Amino acid sequence: MTLPLPFSQPGFWSATAMIAAIVLCSTTGEVLTAAAMKSIGDLDEIRAHSGLKGAIRAVLTCPLFFAGVVFLALAFFSLLLALNHLNLSLVAPASASLTLVTNAIAGKIFLKENVDRRRWAAFLLVCVGVYLLAH
Amino acid sequence: MSQHSLTPRQYLILGFVAVCAPLGDTCLSRGMTHLPAISLAHPAALIAAVFTPWIAAGIALLIGFFASYLTALSWADLTFVLPVTAFGNMIVEVMARFYLHETVSWQRWLGVVLITLGVGFVAQGPSLTVRPAPARISDSAIEAEQPR
Repeated sequence: MTLPLPFSQPGFWSATAMIAAIVLCSTTGEVLTAAAMKSIGDLDEIRAHSGLKGAIRAVLTCPLFFAGVVFLALAFFSLLLALNHLNLSLVAPASASLTLVTNAIAGKIFLKENVDRRRWAAFLLVCVGVYLLAH
Repeated sequence: MSQHSLTPRQYLILGFVAVCAPLGDTCLSRGMTHLPAISLAHPAALIAAVFTPWIAAGIALLIGFFASYLTALSWADLTFVLPVTAFGNMIVEVMARFYLHETVSWQRWLGVVLITLGVGFVAQGPSLTVRPAPARISDSAIEAEQPR
């Protein structure tokens, strides 16, 4: 069976795997970082009480933050790998749009955020907008 | 979800999030395209690139982005902050048209309109999911535990 390929090199499934790696690593990193910042608390208040050093210490002593940074770094290297094989005009809009959607789903499931209809509509509009900007 | 409005200072931080990322990427892109091709066989050239003015400016802007992004995540939902960061794409597109005098297609203008609408949708709503505080021990329960 031959699939309609939007791009010639590499194959459809290899390209899908590369973009999926970016999206998964990026979403995991964003969710872990967001969870870390929520567990730390309002940085403005911490800085008001303990100064800038106290705020930096609060962030740097949070293990969740480092886990998030590791996944964000993995997402960055996945992006570099994908850009080495695929066109920017495919990778940039596909990864940006899909990451927005997966982040909304992950935010609702893992961070228990209240993603109401207003936010879903916003995500849909921004996804289509990012896709159009990249073309 | 109850209404959770933002202070002007918090709007300013969101503005930094939206502006610093695309400007930083633009600086990195401009810096890297002006350098000769770098191969992985000579990683020192990559380190030297960090100290060129455009790349250094790009890194400084991206550090500013990350700091303001982390600050925003400490008082707003991830699903609130992410669409706002997309607003930066719109700023770049407007700058490309009116500052760099580039041709912007109608598809891109439509993209700008959709992102603006999306960010407007999110900005109108609450920024943070407020969870009910843990149930406190009622006064009657405390009185019941006190010795008579």
